[in-house]
Amino acid sequence: MSVEVQHVNKTFGSYKAIEDVSLKVHSGELVALLGPSGSGKTTLLRMIAGLEVPDRPVQSGEGKILFFDQDVATWSVSERQVGFVFQHYALFKHMSVFENIAFGLRVRPRSQRLPKAQIDQRVRELLQLIQLEGFGNRYPLQLSGGQRQRVALARALAIEPKVLLLDEPFGALDAKVRQKLREWLRRLHEQVHTTTILVTHDQEEALEVADRVVVMNHAKIEQIGTPEEVFHNPASEFVIDFLGSVNVFSGRHVEPLSETKTAETKTAGAKTDEAKIYVRPHELQITRESLGFSSISAQIQRIQRAGASAKVFVHTSKEQNVRVDIPIQQFQLLELEVHQQVFITPLHSHVFSPEYTI
Amino acid sequence: MSRNSGLSQASRDPKWVQWILIGITVGFVTLLLILPLGVIFWEAFRKGLKTFTIALSDRNARSAIGLTLLATAICVPLNMVFGLAAAWATTKYSFPGKSLLISIIDLPFAISPVIAGLMLILLYGIHGWFGGVLQGFGLQVIFAVPGVVLATIFVTVPFVARELIPVMQEQGSEQEWAAISLGASAWQTFTKVTLPNIFFPLLYGVLLCTARAMGEFGAVSVVSSNIRGLTNTIPLQIDALYNDYNAPAAFALASILASLSILTLLAKSWLESRIEHRSKESEEIQ
Repeated sequence: MSVEVQHVNKTFGSYKAIEDVSLKVHSGELVALLGPSGSGKTTLLRMIAGLEVPDRPVQSGEGKILFFDQDVATWSVSERQVGFVFQHYALFKHMSVFENIAFGLRVRPRSQRLPKAQIDQRVRELLQLIQLEGFGNRYPLQLSGGQRQRVALARALAIEPKVLLLDEPFGALDAKVRQKLREWLRRLHEQVHTTTILVTHDQEEALEVADRVVVMNHAKIEQIGTPEEVFHNPASEFVIDFLGSVNVFSGRHVEPLSETKTAETKTAGAKTDEAKIYVRPHELQITRESLGFSSISAQIQRIQRAGASAKVFVHTSKEQNVRVDIPIQQFQLLELEVHQQVFITPLHSHVFSPEYTI
Repeated sequence: MSRNSGLSQASRDPKWVQWILIGITVGFVTLLLILPLGVIFWEAFRKGLKTFTIALSDRNARSAIGLTLLATAICVPLNMVFGLAAAWATTKYSFPGKSLLISIIDLPFAISPVIAGLMLILLYGIHGWFGGVLQGFGLQVIFAVPGVVLATIFVTVPFVARELIPVMQEQGSEQEWAAISLGASAWQTFTKVTLPNIFFPLLYGVLLCTARAMGEFGAVSVVSSNIRGLTNTIPLQIDALYNDYNAPAAFALASILASLSILTLLAKSWLESRIEHRSKESEEIQ
């Protein structure tokens, strides 16, 4: 089922949590709302769930939340039939895993309730889906964090929700478990194909799991796009900065307004063309000799070799600290050492002129 | 964690410090708690079970027991409802003056019960604010059973709310939201999710409230005017018997009140061990 949000606002007292946000999530899609804390992503998710009410619309067409083109603004949480998974699981501590998953099926009015045997059958299927067969009799406190979150997901899926809403589902878990669950969630989505909206502040998680990523900042949407689009063609300084580490140089355009061309990094007198140039660590080249006018001389401060690429931290002649990532094999050929004088050259960059920034 | 490290820190104190502290505690408890309580039972049974049965067959004594049980039976359920409502309101909603309200709930802890009794007389006495009006309807509050019940309620107001507020604050409302998103009605959410989560603290609060309701003397004494067989509760009757130099009967009745309190205390410590057991379990797994 598709979910659409049209020009929605939300204020808490004088604080604007969501400002004129519009978004459409297609049926069967997995969309990630990505942003720092306070960007409004969780508020947006809670409004879609019905846990939070949007501000009263000032004009018609404002403040609408549509499920499959039907306005659900006045619907209650339970009428919306969403599966909501909380960051801290919110499992019922006094119920076993089995009872937790069966809860949504058992509380239905008698006329709509499935027979007991069918409920049991459905719960067993879900236990299998979350790979926790044989854990039905355990209590939430006897499970690990990752297992609890899977139970929370199964509990939400049990009612066959039209939309699955996940609020920082892996936020409270350690890195290794997060990675595993992320992959598992993607596989699960391919199996069940429920329209899913996931809130996260972890860019890696968003880029890896989602079909599309919605980058949010200061109550607004900065960019909507596929993981490739937002990573390689960031729409704003915020997006490029938030999606991974980046070096910032000030300089001016060689060709005005072209966004992804090699840029001159020497500051020149022309005021109108002043711009910030963003270069990701892997988009820089290190050489012993200058490669021309876009090379900057620098001294190596620190080298970190652990990982698939070596991270070289250099201090440029313009008093800037810059990080360069080099594939480990290439790094070994270069034979770099701390305190060595080198040149760094951007291979690729993103330029944002002041008039184009928000 | 911090509690554990605190313990190991303390057990590193020199032996003599440990013994002095243990000695002071045990000595204090024996001298001021166990000894007087033992005396009550010893005095009650000193002349055999006979005095005991005679004392209990007295009409006034049975009336006092009945009134204490009645006042407790009215006060505790009311307190439970109030405690649940107050805890729910102050932890799940936000409204201006919330923290002030939480402090005011504690007021009966701070105010002397005698003052509470006097306030009730000022309000409901014949010359009080509401007393005349109620008298017109034929309802006498002060120097009658309703006054005893009111006084008991006043002094026990904080008990259930005080136990529930911190627990519900810590739990937040995510489980309730989860239940509602899964299609549960408000009543189902309350009975299947909220109530089981606060069951032990609620019971604990109710037990404390019961013990206090049965033992209240000061406030009840002011509003009851000690009419034997009518407005005397167990503590008041004990006091009256003792002033009549009828020590055996006084002690017999006292032993009954003490037994009720001890039962409550035992139930309370059993609950405490259950709660500790449960929280330990959760710590082990995390």
